[in-house]
Amino acid sequence: MAEHIHSGAEALVMDGKDHVATAIQDLQAGSTISIMKQGLLSELFVVETIPFGHKIAIEAIEEGTSVRKYGEVIGRATVLIPQGTHVHVHNVEGIRGRGDRAGSDQSAEAKGAKQV
Amino acid sequence: MNTFQGYRRPNGEVGIRNHLLLIPTVICANQVVNRISQLVGDTVAIPHQHGCSQIGADKDRTFDVLAGTGKNPNVGGVIIISLGCEVIDPTALAEAIRVTGKKIEVFDIQSIGGSVKAIQHGAELARKMRAELDQEQKVAIPFNELKVGVKCGGSDATSGLASNPALGVAADSLIAEGGGIVISETTEIIGAEHVLAERCRTPEVSDKLYYIVDRFEKEVERMGADMRGGNPSPGNIAGGLTTIEEKSLGCISKCGTAPIEGIVEYAEFIPANGLYFMDSPGNDIECVSGMAAGGVHIVCFTTGRGTPTGAAVVPVIKITGNKKMYERMTDNMDVDVSELLDGTLSMEAAGERIWQEIQEVSNGKQTKAEILGHNEFSINRIGPSL
Repeated sequence: MAEHIHSGAEALVMDGKDHVATAIQDLQAGSTISIMKQGLLSELFVVETIPFGHKIAIEAIEEGTSVRKYGEVIGRATVLIPQGTHVHVHNVEGIRGRGDRAGSDQSAEAKGAKQV
Repeated sequence: MNTFQGYRRPNGEVGIRNHLLLIPTVICANQVVNRISQLVGDTVAIPHQHGCSQIGADKDRTFDVLAGTGKNPNVGGVIIISLGCEVIDPTALAEAIRVTGKKIEVFDIQSIGGSVKAIQHGAELARKMRAELDQEQKVAIPFNELKVGVKCGGSDATSGLASNPALGVAADSLIAEGGGIVISETTEIIGAEHVLAERCRTPEVSDKLYYIVDRFEKEVERMGADMRGGNPSPGNIAGGLTTIEEKSLGCISKCGTAPIEGIVEYAEFIPANGLYFMDSPGNDIECVSGMAAGGVHIVCFTTGRGTPTGAAVVPVIKITGNKKMYERMTDNMDVDVSELLDGTLSMEAAGERIWQEIQEVSNGKQTKAEILGHNEFSINRIGPSL
């Protein structure tokens, strides 16, 4: 959890295990920004425009990967998500609360993952 | 010891407000209740949709929320207005509230002879009771008798990054004083329950936490739909939250770091000290109404998208980490901690800012929601209307 948020970054990584940073400004496509991860600043090239509060991939995320923020799983990548692109509902699905998949193998898998 | 000025109730509990509450037992009494409230200033009416054509646990839930709201220690006196033929028994409701020793009156519209006579009778009772309540004096109360609910609503990414962890620091301050914190919203710990379960005081508490989450998720599955779109809501998604798991992981920091002492059901009485979890939906008004019925004095409410939410018998302190929204909706926001995101405010200082506001509101400072008359009230349903 963010005990101390430092200035000088345009996006924040909440935990060392995370695949994503959260934009704390609107990020322009084609720009290079500073991201803060575990107290250290580094640079990231922004491939597509990311609105304030939304997530940017800090590394390429393979399809099927359990995507992490806060060091925990927030969902599953439904396609390959390239570094520097927008991570949101178009490429990440929830694993939990999926009544649309109730009774399916994927639902059973999600339940199994719950105790992790 | 750190104290505030509050009302000592006959049963020993303390109130930070001295409300005269007008309770309709059923939707059919709403208009009479609203008219009485218009005639007599400084009364709180809680019109609602329920009270009849309900059975079993669903009926009990309506009863428990009405009784709990009447028992809330911020309420000094209660008038129950019944139609006369509904499912909720007005006499039983009066008895449930009377155990607190507070002033209570009850009458029904059918016996008294219709709306006009009921409004006149109710207004006369309300005027007398209000005058009596206004004679009561405040006394010094230590903060270890304060119970605060923590809630988030209209969340965006700033909620998880800034306002929720800051509220968690303030929650730890109240726990350190010996007070009580309640977190709820079962929907919004889905995907983060393993983190909270590790903090439960005993394995039994941990098992119950998993049980209530499983019970809730089964209900979602029974609906046959993906919960995304309902929760996270369209506004949450527009604000950058992608899944319920992400929202939940950002939510849980608002209750601080204390061990979870126990789990209570929706609207169930909350013991005084330490951290508790209440089983409730994430819906803002149903959730806050459930916590108020459980006896909290204040609800601290974080929001990134912005919401005017208040509550009938408890002050709601609105906290945000979204600077642009704060500037747009200053009318509705009490505490701004958005400097956390540009690095000019430490998390400790942000938490202290919220803790100061909790102390001032306990001492009588009006929240924005109170000033604007936001006294929302809603009862969670678990069954069909018959």
